[in-house]
Amino acid sequence: MTARTLRGKVAVVGIGETTYYKHGQSPDAEFKLALQAILAACADAGIHPHRIDGFASYSDDRSDATRLAVALGLPRLRSATMQWGGGGGGCCAAVANGAAAIATGQADCVVVFRSLAQGQHGRFGQASGAGAAAATISGERSYLAPYGVISPPQRFAMRVQRYMHDHGVRQEALRAIALASYHHAQNNPRAVMHGKPLDAAKYDASRWIVEPFHLFDCCMENDGAAALVLMDAERAADCAQKPVFLLGAAAGSGERFGSTAHNSTAYASANFGTVAPELYRMAGLGPKDVGVVQAYENFTGGVLMALAEHGFFAPEEANDFLTLDNLVAQGGRLPLNTSGGNLAECYIHGFELLLEAVRQVRGTSTNQAQRNDVALVVGGPMVSPVSDLLLGSANVL
Amino acid sequence: MHSESSYLPAGLPVPVAEPDGLSAPYWGGLQQGRLLVQRCASCGCWQFGPEWICHRCHAFDPAWVEVAPEGRIYSFERVWHPVHPALKERCPYLAVLVELPHAGNVRMVGNLLGDPRQEVSIGAEVTGVFEHHPQAAPPYSLLQWRLP
Repeated sequence: MTARTLRGKVAVVGIGETTYYKHGQSPDAEFKLALQAILAACADAGIHPHRIDGFASYSDDRSDATRLAVALGLPRLRSATMQWGGGGGGCCAAVANGAAAIATGQADCVVVFRSLAQGQHGRFGQASGAGAAAATISGERSYLAPYGVISPPQRFAMRVQRYMHDHGVRQEALRAIALASYHHAQNNPRAVMHGKPLDAAKYDASRWIVEPFHLFDCCMENDGAAALVLMDAERAADCAQKPVFLLGAAAGSGERFGSTAHNSTAYASANFGTVAPELYRMAGLGPKDVGVVQAYENFTGGVLMALAEHGFFAPEEANDFLTLDNLVAQGGRLPLNTSGGNLAECYIHGFELLLEAVRQVRGTSTNQAQRNDVALVVGGPMVSPVSDLLLGSANVL
Repeated sequence: MHSESSYLPAGLPVPVAEPDGLSAPYWGGLQQGRLLVQRCASCGCWQFGPEWICHRCHAFDPAWVEVAPEGRIYSFERVWHPVHPALKERCPYLAVLVELPHAGNVRMVGNLLGDPRQEVSIGAEVTGVFEHHPQAAPPYSLLQWRLP
């Protein structure tokens, strides 16, 4: 039997995004943002939107595939997939799910997207809907919320605290991750934090949200949408842009990760212990082959653990590796979050990271890395399931 | 080991068992000043939070056994930014993750009683304190932790 793989079979042919807004400031409805991003991605690919025959998303995106197909007047809808799990853990898996539909002949042109206008629907990650104002609470949150462990930073800080304790990681390592995102955002006109630089002193002086996270260790909250278009390798060759191929994809969780009341077997982890090896296996590549990384910063501590779990450094080497100089596009050992990412470009739940990885492989980033044939995207550290993706140029196929 | 006042102010969500009753023995035990944790009668595996099946041997309905509320700090966090109206005037406060070495190292989250600005040491031994909320609707109890 032939190898079961997505490697080289599917390519990103178009990317598009809306203007990125601060939380609650989108003048447009969330569904309209989704449509704008999708049409922009089709225009970038040079294709008519009626060629779309599939949608994939994650985190229970409210812009439903059927409504999109109806609104766009698609002649037919074929694949419609939603990745289970909240947060940004599914941002790469959604792309893999769309690609799998194409590779198995279930669709020819899949749009993968994320859209959100939080002002219209309540804050992401905030206790909302059932349970926010409710007097009673059950399940996972009942073991946490009565003790004041409620919001995402509060639910993840103890994993990072334990990791820093186990491996002697200093606050400066987290700071370097935040500084890298803000550094790159200054060269990116799309970035919400463009023109708002961050330096070490400003980081150190910023208030604690929950130790060990300062304000600048935590992602923004934003409105906007981003989308990409997938096609098989043969069709991709006829599109307007240089095709960016999927080299590898993986998603999932380690043993009992995310078990109730903080009982994950590997607690001080970003949850890539089983996932990263699968990613590299499919791609036939290792960490040394990766030229540039976009790693989901819900919180900087998650990036710290995710990078170690992807083999870029041993946990004990984190203090030496995680410096601003090492993480910048210009001359850095491992350019990280070159658009500004969730911290400083826009928090589209990691989907802006996927678009930036495509730009890097194309060679069109405003913070272009020198080694750009292989780009890694890491989605949603510390949640379950997580996912990751390796993208690359035809040179590495 | 009873406390008359609560570590955090009233107004936070009240924990109750799920509609299917999975965690009812746990919350009922706390109200009686007893810490109950699942332990599979077939294979002896400890399990927390509760589930309808033992994750090791797949026997259904793991037994609930009483364990001493004693453990050690596995991790902690000091919360400075309030995200609930009831906590507006109560920051900082300390949450701890406590592991129970005599119960298969299962872990549970609570608050560390005392000065919220105190230095916290991972690995420190702590003792449980049942915190009862008889005025809540419905009444419930939490398990807090203190240094010896």
